[in-house]
Amino acid sequence: MSKNGTATQHAVYKPITDTPDCYLRLSEEEQTPLDHPQYKSSRLRHPKQPLVYVPQSITEITGPQLGPERVQGELDNDLTRQHSGEPIGERITLSGRVLDTEGKPLRGTLVEIWQANAAGRYQHRWDRWPAPLDPNFSGAGRCITDDEGRYQFTTIKPGPYPWGNHYNAWRPAHIHFSLLGRAFVQRLVTQMYFPGDPMFPYDPIFNAVRDETARERMISRFAMDRTQPDWALAYEWDIYLRGPGATPFEEAL
Amino acid sequence: MIYHTTPSQTVGPYFAIGLPWPDGPHAIAPDHPAAITITGVVYDGAGEPIADSMIEIWGADPDGRYADLWGHGGPSTVEGFRGFARFGEEGGSGEFELVTLKPGPVKLADGVVLAPHLDVNVFARGMLRHIVTRMYFGDEPEANAADPVLARVPAERRDTLIAQPTENGYRFDIRVQGPGETVFLAV
Repeated sequence: MSKNGTATQHAVYKPITDTPDCYLRLSEEEQTPLDHPQYKSSRLRHPKQPLVYVPQSITEITGPQLGPERVQGELDNDLTRQHSGEPIGERITLSGRVLDTEGKPLRGTLVEIWQANAAGRYQHRWDRWPAPLDPNFSGAGRCITDDEGRYQFTTIKPGPYPWGNHYNAWRPAHIHFSLLGRAFVQRLVTQMYFPGDPMFPYDPIFNAVRDETARERMISRFAMDRTQPDWALAYEWDIYLRGPGATPFEEAL
Repeated sequence: MIYHTTPSQTVGPYFAIGLPWPDGPHAIAPDHPAAITITGVVYDGAGEPIADSMIEIWGADPDGRYADLWGHGGPSTVEGFRGFARFGEEGGSGEFELVTLKPGPVKLADGVVLAPHLDVNVFARGMLRHIVTRMYFGDEPEANAADPVLARVPAERRDTLIAQPTENGYRFDIRVQGPGETVFLAV
């Protein structure tokens, strides 16, 4: 029904909250490239045709209501307590905020992580390198950000591991992050790294991000003030998703 | 102050540790009378299925309303409709299967009507960031002909965005590279 009470065939859209009606656009240069020859698997897995620029419509500025029902129990953000025993490794807490590019916190948004164990082995049937699995570590967690956009996980520090990209290739230690944000265009899947990793100069995935300051945005910070005496070291990492953007003329859709 | 976005990195081969949900592929319960099943295969530049791919869809309900939290014109009043579905599994074959409702046309405030469509995210090892496309419906030729986004796509490539009807839904194959390459979008 429209405002004056006459029936309309379909809903007419007008944002009724203060959420943006247009999000920041990133140029090809500002984004991680799809074609990166040093990363072999990208060779047959990137489009060769240029992307077609389209205006953001209602479908792109909306997003799903994924909330607490996605979190699998109270211990879903504590990867060290999901089994009968404790996993082997360096216990850490990992926390930070999910923000947009204007620095506004994203409240109530889903954060999903997955990672290798302390020996650098994933609990996945395709990971067959000879490092031990840990029966007390599955390596997945989820949480919902609080009113300040803050997430927190307790886990163990993942190990580096070899992979087949080139002779003697090793990934720097990392934790995978998946974020939905509020809008389809805020979707982000990325990896969080640890400060000072000696593998950084050799990793084509990390170095696919061309700009050094951009690479630094994927590296967490050791947070002495968040360490817990006799219990756990702490790392902190803030994540920035696309925020409101100006509407260029040709966006008028 | 404007901050820079956190860069994207590949989802890698092991996302199935953390990302699948038991009801992930179902934007609506599969026994809903109007449920449609969308099937397809993601192919690489050599024409091989990308076994370790993950697909997500997002779209409106049959009334053209979105199941979003933020009150954009709606939200959807269809009970149990999430609007969002995700398919990706350990030991996948490159073939995906998603269940949703067929979206209705979406009428914007300025009178423009969007043809029924779903936004689609494609993730895989080898993709340093996800790629975005749209799925339109092959049994909506008139609506498709008037859609402002399809109009921006070179005519000879439009059919890569149009899913074809099947017995229980639609077929939408995605070719990441090479002959018949799917149109991917910068949004």
